Amino acid sequence: MTTYDARFRIWRGDADGGGLRDFTVEVHDGEVVLDIVHRLQATEAPDLAVRWNCKAGKCGSCSAEVNGRPRLMCMTRMSVFDRAETVTITPLRAFPVVRDLVTDVSFNYRKAREVPAFVPPEGVGPGEYRMQQVDVDRSQEFRKCIECFLCQDTCHVVRDHEENKEAFAGPRFLMRVAELDMHPLDAAAASGLDRRRAAQEEHGLGYCNITKCCTEVCPEGIRITDNALIPLKERAADRKYDPLVWLGNRILRRRPDAP
Amino acid sequence: MAQVDRQQWDVVVVGAGGAGLRAAIEARERGARTAVVCKSLFGKAHTVMAEGGIAASMGNVNGHDNWQVHFRDTMRGGKFLGQWRMAELHAREAPDRVWELETWGALFDRTPDGRISQRNFGGHEYPRLAHVGDRTGLELIRTLQQKATALQQEDFAAYGDHEARLKVFQECTVTRVLKDGGRVAGAFCYERESGRFFVLEAPAVVLATGGIGKSFKTTSNSWEYTGDGHALALLAGAPLLNMEFVQFHPTGMVWPPSVKGILVTESVRGDGGVLRNSDGRRFMFDYVPDVFKDKYAQTEDEADRWYEDPDGNRRPPELLPRDEVARAINAEVKAGRGSPHGGVYLDVSTRMSPERVKRRLPSMYHQFKELADVDITAEPMEVGPTCHYVMGGVAVDSETAAAEGVPGLFAAGEVAGGMHGSNRLGGNSLSDLLVFGRRAGLHAAALAAAPGPRPRVSPEQVDAAAAEALAPFHAGEGAENPYTLHQELQNAMNDLVGIIRREDEMAEALRRLASLRERAARAGVEGHRQFNPGWHLALDLRNMLLVSECVARAALERTESRGGHTREDCPAMERAWRPVNLLCRPVEPPPADPAADRIRLERVRTEPIRPDLLALFEKEELVKYLAEEELPA
Ligand SMILES: Cc1cc2nc3c(=O)[nH]c(=O)nc-3n(C[C@H](O)[C@H](O)[C@H](O)COP(=O)(O)OP(=O)(O)OC[C@H]3O[C@@H](n4cnc5c(N)ncnc54)[C@H](O)[C@@H]3O)c2cc1C
Ligand code: SF4
Ligand code: SF4
Ligand code: FES
Repeated sequence: MTTYDARFRIWRGDADGGGLRDFTVEVHDGEVVLDIVHRLQATEAPDLAVRWNCKAGKCGSCSAEVNGRPRLMCMTRMSVFDRAETVTITPLRAFPVVRDLVTDVSFNYRKAREVPAFVPPEGVGPGEYRMQQVDVDRSQEFRKCIECFLCQDTCHVVRDHEENKEAFAGPRFLMRVAELDMHPLDAAAASGLDRRRAAQEEHGLGYCNITKCCTEVCPEGIRITDNALIPLKERAADRKYDPLVWLGNRILRRRPDAP
Repeated sequence: MAQVDRQQWDVVVVGAGGAGLRAAIEARERGARTAVVCKSLFGKAHTVMAEGGIAASMGNVNGHDNWQVHFRDTMRGGKFLGQWRMAELHAREAPDRVWELETWGALFDRTPDGRISQRNFGGHEYPRLAHVGDRTGLELIRTLQQKATALQQEDFAAYGDHEARLKVFQECTVTRVLKDGGRVAGAFCYERESGRFFVLEAPAVVLATGGIGKSFKTTSNSWEYTGDGHALALLAGAPLLNMEFVQFHPTGMVWPPSVKGILVTESVRGDGGVLRNSDGRRFMFDYVPDVFKDKYAQTEDEADRWYEDPDGNRRPPELLPRDEVARAINAEVKAGRGSPHGGVYLDVSTRMSPERVKRRLPSMYHQFKELADVDITAEPMEVGPTCHYVMGGVAVDSETAAAEGVPGLFAAGEVAGGMHGSNRLGGNSLSDLLVFGRRAGLHAAALAAAPGPRPRVSPEQVDAAAAEALAPFHAGEGAENPYTLHQELQNAMNDLVGIIRREDEMAEALRRLASLRERAARAGVEGHRQFNPGWHLALDLRNMLLVSECVARAALERTESRGGHTREDCPAMERAWRPVNLLCRPVEPPPADPAADRIRLERVRTEPIRPDLLALFEKEELVKYLAEEELPA
């Protein structure tokens, strides 16, 4: 087992302001950035605020920016840094700071509420759902999302543009719209709900100019831009130009799913 | 008197994991205005970590499966200590609870004919676990979260307020259940973000706070698992049941040290992973206990054939219930046949193609690659036991989930006791959350709707709760560091009341716990109340110490080995202990001396198993478990 001292700069403060503080901390084999934060808590900074939960990359709580890059602290191995390098940890920039590394992520919960839920198909009872694996693969990919909000943090549409937050749901929730739109049994259309138009008109799909920054930071490796956003744009565009074609597709697509 | 905000609700649910959310959805759908309180952000409760699946006898993969078989497996897995009525309700209702999730938008993996796919797991006779790769818990949480959000959308449409009838107080912690005389009157909470206190007044409180693993050093559990609900129930006067039974999952990561304890899902074995020691021997064949001899393969050939032809062969011994596998691994390591970092080898690379491993076990692949530099498609993993689940919990009524002795208090999910007996089968927790979460919500809503005056919360109780919560800021001279106390507690429980137990060690654990209680009374914190983790830990210590005392005391009392309770000095399972339950009750009034015992034990006899349920088993099997006088004539 080898051990060395690493230098850290960690942002400390609250809504009224703060700054980077220097720390020198012992690092052991195999450790991740979150281990270092915990060691600091147990020694010189017992009140250092940080969110975490599973410490296994499964809950999406421990999001922060490590050397300026949005990351999960529990999945960032210390071995990816040079030993001489100073590691800087700052809170997510797109959201207001609560304290130290903890930010107010309520923006995301507001956006989640704005996406209408799954609409169960009429006449198909519990236990009667039949779907082929190939037809659920795509939506399942999006449901791997652990809601770490790193994509929301990194997307330039809102990262430095507070004023866009009202109109733009962000990659995570545009992807949620895509997930429901691609769900083989979602009956939104039959209930009079047009998810694609909503994506354009209510969730700000048009703001996205497919830079793929969100895809790059996603710890789950979800291909947000290629598999969710671009297809959603294509589908929304089809519908805009030719509503009849869209309607036809929709009806055809639904027929084999009927019980 | 402290200035504390008060709100009125019909039902308060403590916890937003699978059990809490299912309870809240049910209560709200039955018309109760429902508040949910949780320590983490909404959608991040411990349940997201569940990997393998939800057990329900839908029979999609093997048509022989039905609730009776599931019931039998559950009782056997728990060595017949399980509350049989809970096990029956669970087995009967689980399929409906899973199907209902699909109508809320869940997307499980599919069979070729388009139904929900089911996988094999330890102790389950047929492939029974509905799953989504190895992230089933995430699917469960997200589906329930999205269903709760859907209900809020309905309320917004009806009342212009998302939170009119269902509100989530995220990152808030309950430190006391409040009472009016004998019955429940509400909950005292603090908000992490501000440190502010508030009171939720309600005639019904559902505890759904999960488990206790953070009292042990090596654990698969998250920071939330400080046994809060167990302690809240005790402090409110409700007894805990079966606390000596703690499940050590056989396969946790053992290296590197910083990830020690993180779970390696049982699906790895369900899908064909084999266990080997440092001699390369598949040692599980040497550890099949007599009660299971006729159900498991005797040779590697037969075990291998089972994956293709499960009806014509017996299952591999890697799929024995968890307690058996964990003890076997422990014994191999002790005998010097362990891996370099003190575990054994678990290998999927020899039986599955790399593509299949990545498809069936994506998060395991990712976890080992990222955290341990191990490519599980090409090399074996090193694994060893980790503290995983507590079978013990609040003693509840099987039908209603009502806690014994405290009207208005309910408990569901891991915090409730009884259902799993001495050992839980994999997959039976997620189904338990749904079945009993729903029942708790249903009965809590019914209680809240009953006519009559509402209970009142007295200002004295609120002041006392506030003073208790603020104590760590006034520790003064000789203050103890809560992080140090926590580490010492974890070491004591891990080393002295861990997977293999001995009388003298448990007695020593109780002495150490008494001294830790004394020191914890002086636990002090720096800084202020806003998002202060040191303060939160200081408050959690009370709960961990109380629950640890229950575990150690009950474990010392039970002089046999059964399921998640193994005694080196009493290695046999004693039929005479089968109908005996140990209840942990609070010492009343609470002693002023912190070192004095807080818990007293009571032995109770379990209700006889209903004859038609007993008839589901062969007599030859029953004689291995039941006490003489319990056997059917
Ligand atoms: C790694 C791992 C894998 C697992 N895999 C499986 C599996 O495949 N199948 C299976 O069936 N089981 C599995 N289990 C077990 C199962 O996940 C848990 O038993 C189950 O999720 C517990 O759910 P719960 O609803 O009781 O509590 P949790 O999901 O833990 O939720 C507890 C809630 O209570 C809240 N809370 C706690 N204390 C307080 C307080 N004082 N105030 C306010 N809120 C509080 C928490 O914030 C949280 O919201 C696994 C467990 C682990 C650790
Ligand atoms: S691809 Fe679109 S959503 Fe993603 S970061 Fe770029 S602009 Fe934002
Ligand atoms: S899509 Fe990826 S980056 Fe975005 S919230 Fe989900 S897991 Fe995080
Ligand atoms: S702590 Fe859960 S993702 Fe990092």
